[in-house]
Amino acid sequence: MTAVTADTASIVKGGSLRRSRRWALITSYVCLGLFAIFFLTPPFYALVTATKSTEEISNQNTSPWLPSMSPTLSNIETLWTQTDFPIYLRNSAVVTVCVVAITMVIAVPAAFSLGRMKFWGSGVLATGVFLTYLVPDTLLFLPLFKVVGSFGLLNSYWGLVLVYPTLTVPFCTWIMIGYFQSIPKELDEAALIDGANHLQMLFKIFIPVALPGLIAATIFAFTACWAEFVYPMAFIFTSSQQVLTAGTITTLVKADVYQWGMIMTAQLIAAMPPLILYAFLMDYYIAGLTAGATKG
Amino acid sequence: MAQVTLNKVVKKFDQTEAVRGIDLDIADQEFVVLVGPSGCGKSTTLRMIAGLEETTAGEIVIGGQIVNDLPPKDRDIAMVFQNYALYPHMTVFENMSFGLRLKKFPKAEIKQRVERAARILDITELLQRRPRQLSGGQRQRVAMGRAIVRNPKVFLFDEPLSNLDAKLRVQMRTEIKKVHQQVRTTTVYVTHDQVEAMTLADRVVVMNGGLIEQIGTPHELYHTPKTRFVAGFIGSPAMNFLPCRLVEHSGALSAQMGGGLTLPVPAERSATYRSYLNRDLIFGIRPEHVTETRSYGAGAEFTMPVDVVEPMGMETMIYFVVDGAEVCARVSPEAALQPGERMRFMADMRHMHLIDPENDGVIEVPASARVNGAATAA
Repeated sequence: MTAVTADTASIVKGGSLRRSRRWALITSYVCLGLFAIFFLTPPFYALVTATKSTEEISNQNTSPWLPSMSPTLSNIETLWTQTDFPIYLRNSAVVTVCVVAITMVIAVPAAFSLGRMKFWGSGVLATGVFLTYLVPDTLLFLPLFKVVGSFGLLNSYWGLVLVYPTLTVPFCTWIMIGYFQSIPKELDEAALIDGANHLQMLFKIFIPVALPGLIAATIFAFTACWAEFVYPMAFIFTSSQQVLTAGTITTLVKADVYQWGMIMTAQLIAAMPPLILYAFLMDYYIAGLTAGATKG
Repeated sequence: MAQVTLNKVVKKFDQTEAVRGIDLDIADQEFVVLVGPSGCGKSTTLRMIAGLEETTAGEIVIGGQIVNDLPPKDRDIAMVFQNYALYPHMTVFENMSFGLRLKKFPKAEIKQRVERAARILDITELLQRRPRQLSGGQRQRVAMGRAIVRNPKVFLFDEPLSNLDAKLRVQMRTEIKKVHQQVRTTTVYVTHDQVEAMTLADRVVVMNGGLIEQIGTPHELYHTPKTRFVAGFIGSPAMNFLPCRLVEHSGALSAQMGGGLTLPVPAERSATYRSYLNRDLIFGIRPEHVTETRSYGAGAEFTMPVDVVEPMGMETMIYFVVDGAEVCARVSPEAALQPGERMRFMADMRHMHLIDPENDGVIEVPASARVNGAATAA
């Protein structure tokens, strides 16, 4: 006991606690710096390349990592005026908005009933929902090709609207189940006594209270649709129906000719909507994911 | 009229019987407190009255109507929960008016009712705040306000003060009593705190192991408990229990405890207790009836070495050991001695109880054989 007290006293006197805290901070900043470099290198490289002309990109004498001496907007101009990029952008937006809406309409009531209305088999069903999310799209696109075909929706972005929810609904339901379960049960009991039916309880109590979870689910659904590559590659054959991810590659990569400047420009533009969404809703997103994680 | 009646009500969770067939009649405007240790079935009983739990068997009648199959909203009850259960995204006004808005009450009436409840609870200036901006006590008031505005037949309180600190709990206890005096709605209140039960209730229902041990006014429960459980549960510090044998010396009965302590039984109780002569019983006496020797009053005197001293301010608790069992005495601070010293005590035997260990029942004494306070209550 005496020894411990003496040790603590000497640490405080010598400022060791402060020093060890400083080292912890320095280590944290070094690690964070390394992470930042690791994750920001690709966008930086894309930005550098996007502002260079084709000649400059193919010039072997200059470093590809250095910014252009004479930056140009020719890539974005060509991309916008001489390719189908605007169509892809529009198609992506239509598909994403529709899928996010469909996902929310299905996932929210599903999560509410699985998470709050205890019924026979609800636990197994909830786990089942999550398990379906674990089946990768690379495994599903072949059978889904038949399904989409049987609906006559091959080579139409409405086919994507049909199949994307198979990716987004399970995960969003899972996030929302965790979130709904974290709401104390007295809240629905109070609502029951106040005279609310299940639908009123969902819309007037649960959705407003679980808004961070709802936003986290929305962001996930948005990002998953926006970035999906395998399905449009498999199901869409013509430019007028194509979306950003697959469209950019099929248009700008012809055999072994890569139009790097435009590919990088397209990539940067494509990254903008999720980036903006994240920037505005980041706090909600983190709150939503952690609630789901601890209570799920 | 809002009488509440429970007829042979049973609640089973799988194989566990939480409530084992209870009967209870609650009069209109009465304040009844269900009290007991955790797991005694008091909350389950309340939740069955609310309609939040289905009854396994038996009948629940509210205001003359059997409500077993009615959902909570149709039972015309309001409930205050332990953790307040306020809707976090709504203001105090919206929280309080939620039920009325669902029932499509006219706006003017909603406003009037909420403002009236807010005045009663002194929360008028909080109406536009959200729950997270309120303290624990304020939240509890809002929860009560939400119940009051509905103007229900019955108020149900489920341990509403358990989340508050000790000081606030005492304050809110008074508030609840005040509100009941103003609103006069039939109230069923659940708590594990016997002080809360005693101070609030018109009648207290003591529950244990899914059964009702005793129903009575706080005074009755305190002075004439029917079972050992009630005798030990009601009162703080708890009643002292000592194993004893009832013996007779030259016509007078006395309780012979271990450790050489023998205390005389009052003559007026002899007739009642005589049939238990030479039997092993349990002697019970409350701490306030074991005091320092006093010049006034009568009692059986004895000397014991002091074990532990607990000064409380206006009185001091002194613990001593009789044949391995700890006994608490309530003495005046001036009379208290130090641990190890031998102290002279006096037991007021007019307040003694004898418990038959075979059924854990307190042997009933006719009112004429009890001291005044207890006799009037019976």
